[in-house]
Amino acid sequence: MKPTIRKATRHVNQNEGLIFEKSSAGKAAWKLPPLDVPEVDSAKLLGAAERKDLGNMPEVSEIEIIRHFTRMSTWNYAIDLGMYPLGSCTMKYNPRVNEAVARVEGIANGHPYQPEKISQGALHIIKTLSEQLIEITGMDAITLQPAAGAHGEMTGLLMVRAYHQSKGNARKKILIPDSAHGTNPATAAMVSYAVENLKSDSRGMVDIAALEAQMSEDVAALMLTNPNTLGVFEQDIHKIADILHAKGGLLYMDGANMNALVGKVRPGDFGVDVMHLNLHKTFSTPHGGGGPGSGPVAIKKALEPFLPQPVVVTKSDGTLAFDYERPQSVGRVRAFYGNFGMFVRALAYIQANGPDGLRQTTEDAVLNANYIRNGLEGTYDLPYATPTMHEVVFSDKVQAKKGVRTMDIAKRLIDYGFHPYTTAFPLIVPGALMIEPTESESKEEMDLFIDAMKSIAEEVEEDAQMVLDAPHSTRVSRLDETAAARKPILRWKP
Amino acid sequence: MYPPELLYTKDHEWIRVDEEIGTIGITDHAQNELGDIVFVELPKRGDHVTAHESFGTVESVKAVSEVFSPVTGEVTSVNSRLANAPELVNQDPHGEAWFIKVQLADRSQIDGLMTSDQYEAYLAGSQSAEVTA
Amino acid sequence: MRYLPNSPADRAAMLKALGKSSVDELFEQIPAGLRLTEPLRLPGPLSESELMEYFEQVSRESARDYVSLLGAGAYTHYRPVVIDSLILRGEFLTSYTPYQAEISQGNLQAMFEFQTLIAQLTGMEVANSSLYDGSTATNEAVLMAMRLTRRERVLMARTVHPEYRQVTQTYLQHQGVHIEEVTYSASGQIDVAALEAVVNDRTAAVVVQSPNFLGALERWPAIAEIAHRHGALLVAVVSEPLSLALVKPPAEADIVCGEAQSFGVPVAFGGPYVGFLATREQFIRQMPGRLVGETRDTDGHRGYVLTLATREQHIRREKATSNICTNQALVALMVNIFMTVYGKVGLKELAKQNLAKTAYAAGQFAKHGNVLFASTPRFNEFVVQTSEDPRAINGRLLGHKMVGGLPLQKFYPELGNAALWCCTELTTRSAIDTAVGFVAESERSVRSGKEEVEEVAR
Repeated sequence: MKPTIRKATRHVNQNEGLIFEKSSAGKAAWKLPPLDVPEVDSAKLLGAAERKDLGNMPEVSEIEIIRHFTRMSTWNYAIDLGMYPLGSCTMKYNPRVNEAVARVEGIANGHPYQPEKISQGALHIIKTLSEQLIEITGMDAITLQPAAGAHGEMTGLLMVRAYHQSKGNARKKILIPDSAHGTNPATAAMVSYAVENLKSDSRGMVDIAALEAQMSEDVAALMLTNPNTLGVFEQDIHKIADILHAKGGLLYMDGANMNALVGKVRPGDFGVDVMHLNLHKTFSTPHGGGGPGSGPVAIKKALEPFLPQPVVVTKSDGTLAFDYERPQSVGRVRAFYGNFGMFVRALAYIQANGPDGLRQTTEDAVLNANYIRNGLEGTYDLPYATPTMHEVVFSDKVQAKKGVRTMDIAKRLIDYGFHPYTTAFPLIVPGALMIEPTESESKEEMDLFIDAMKSIAEEVEEDAQMVLDAPHSTRVSRLDETAAARKPILRWKP
Repeated sequence: MYPPELLYTKDHEWIRVDEEIGTIGITDHAQNELGDIVFVELPKRGDHVTAHESFGTVESVKAVSEVFSPVTGEVTSVNSRLANAPELVNQDPHGEAWFIKVQLADRSQIDGLMTSDQYEAYLAGSQSAEVTA
Repeated sequence: MRYLPNSPADRAAMLKALGKSSVDELFEQIPAGLRLTEPLRLPGPLSESELMEYFEQVSRESARDYVSLLGAGAYTHYRPVVIDSLILRGEFLTSYTPYQAEISQGNLQAMFEFQTLIAQLTGMEVANSSLYDGSTATNEAVLMAMRLTRRERVLMARTVHPEYRQVTQTYLQHQGVHIEEVTYSASGQIDVAALEAVVNDRTAAVVVQSPNFLGALERWPAIAEIAHRHGALLVAVVSEPLSLALVKPPAEADIVCGEAQSFGVPVAFGGPYVGFLATREQFIRQMPGRLVGETRDTDGHRGYVLTLATREQHIRREKATSNICTNQALVALMVNIFMTVYGKVGLKELAKQNLAKTAYAAGQFAKHGNVLFASTPRFNEFVVQTSEDPRAINGRLLGHKMVGGLPLQKFYPELGNAALWCCTELTTRSAIDTAVGFVAESERSVRSGKEEVEEVAR
């Protein structure tokens, strides 16, 4: 038996049921203050519309609530527990001061419709973050309104469409590389563009000849992730931009992988016309189990008239205000102004780092990914040898010969105390293992990770079945997803 | 493996023709590639299907595949059992898990389809092609 | 940099392992001419205490300690302290979408509970695990109705939150859809006759909000009957979900969507909030967003997984039901905890306090200003028409650290000098009395001004 690398993830094993199952009449975790106005008869005020019964809403005490959610929390893996190398998701440390500043009175409790006169602080946050993101991206203008990356994509493409429309022809299609995130084609469809696939070359980059052949005046934009989903910087980015621009097309950059670029190079300097950022990836706002995100869209000057309304402007008296008079605006993409609480956190992150800290962060993210690549090359198949930026993509080609696929290796990695990498993406790599350590991992943690991955590769050779049955250390074993999809049970019933 | 009384398409559907009625399903190879089938979406009786066009989808947990009709015509019958028992597609793809029956508009459309021997050769060919790719 | 764990020695060792002499060699893939040679022009690095001070400073330029009587889609309710103590646990805060179910059971079970709570609250059979917010949930519901009916006409009440309507318009502008507005009647509710006149067999959805933006509660059965008679779906929008603790849910609707910010989520200048979408079981394959389902593990233990993923963008790409990738899990967790704290009895009592404060306030305002739609049932909002522009009255209220109702000129110019006021359980009687006092004062001075003018004319 070889040594196994284990880390601290003991999943607490309480058999905590659903909150509804703990409920019993008469228990309560609430108390209201006495009413300072006359009581009312709701039956009289609401008449036939009065609701008599709330069904099976829980009735529990406060201690039970604390234990219920605390116990459940212990079944989650988290960045706070260890390395979470989900490729393309940028699972970096979420600084706690971000949470503190977002809860400051006056920031957390401002009503979106309160008069601008008493919202100058909030407007200042929107304006300052906008300016700093413009500086980081090298773009000319920005909207913070989109609530997430995919929402930003849609906002960006709406602006692309409006831009072309203003020139008399909205055009017909969007080019999307075969390595792209699924949100890209889904978004293009929502903005009523046809999607045309663009194949990658043998280096995993945009095939320039194919792009030249496919580019026409029907193409509204190319949606490009850079570095792409293989973690490879598109070396010919300038040429790509030129090919698009020559035919009047626009270059859209999916900024999912901006963590590889901040402080080192700016999309605005390499020909990008529109791009979205993910504050929950690059700028450290917490992922929170799936959200909230925030997806600002930065643009070049030519697209500025089409920004969603409102935009923050400085009035002649020096105060800040919302400008709704934007006749060419694509409209509003979300109520109010976006995920404001996330702006506060991102602004705290940028200022905590400063220019040198941000650059060092990027350098560490890239150094870490290369260190992992170096550590695992030879053990796992590396389908593209092109230099790695912030993430590296291996394939399960070697292990597949024993019937072990990327998802099986991922499940076994859980037993070693790590969150798995992204599996089976990008689609151009069959059986992909997409690893993004981010700058938040120490060499020590990565050495453990590399050892774990090597150990699993050995296990695949010696006892493939054991890997196929993983995970062995979790509260639940592999769950039957087929049964869940065949006969969906989407809620509890008494 | 592949029943000789059926005809096959390159998209891995089969059709059995009795008089003017064609019964259509997906092949064992197709169900095997998809894995555990969790949902089948089919047209309604009376709908029109067109040769080489999609008439429904088959879903596994992590994949969706369109199903193409080998022939043009009106749907005369739909296999309602698949709604509640999609696993039939895994268990008996060439038999109980037929998808739809179609009143053929143009019988000559089946002329270009493969026999079971041809389909098996086609599968062998495309598999070896995959290995080299 | 305090967030980075590697020491200079670690970095040197790693570079050595890579056979590189400097980290810049790792960036050689980027053409040299593009690489930045100057540092970014940004402030910082700031210490933690400087950061705290910076944001304290900024916050002082925004309202602090103001009493607000604003609602209109963002409601100030009390947030029990257990919410933040639980959501700040790193296992919730710093985890991500539960792609690996075995180490995400906490999030998955919480989402399953959220789905159950929302389904029960809305009177629907199933709910998804959340969407961005109420406005985007509304347009997702409309798109879903269009997929289900394969029709292209959308009828939307003018009393749906104006910004929800704008967002829906933005989303649908390139879908070949026609959104038509249905006006409201003298009761403040949707004009049923006007609806009846425009609905037809090309109508995909009838979209109605209750309590609507003017505070009025709608009568669902009548609206549902009209929509269904023409084969259209009824989309019910709810932006104040606490109302559903006391008001019958729109069980006749086909999709119920909206905003759950009321349940324990800070107003936070407009976000992050949390949208929800609930519907009938037969429509689940056309639902947008993440869904969590119950299943068993290999040993037969109950567990939860993301399910019906084939609807989504990462599999179906351009044919997906939506491009949505994330949900609002952490905010949905706040909602879950809030609803659990108040529960079956507390939610009702809380709603009753909102109703009582609002009834009192509307009664007081009616003595001096004109409370519109006064005889229509409402929950915690109402419209007051004044002689003077409400912005002027609000300006004076600000001096007393009070934020008055939302002036409606921008959204409903036809109502003239009207404002939308909101009372929650946090609104004190004395705050209401103060606000009423300012309206009374305004009416008096306008009246005496008028009298003076009349005297001069005489």
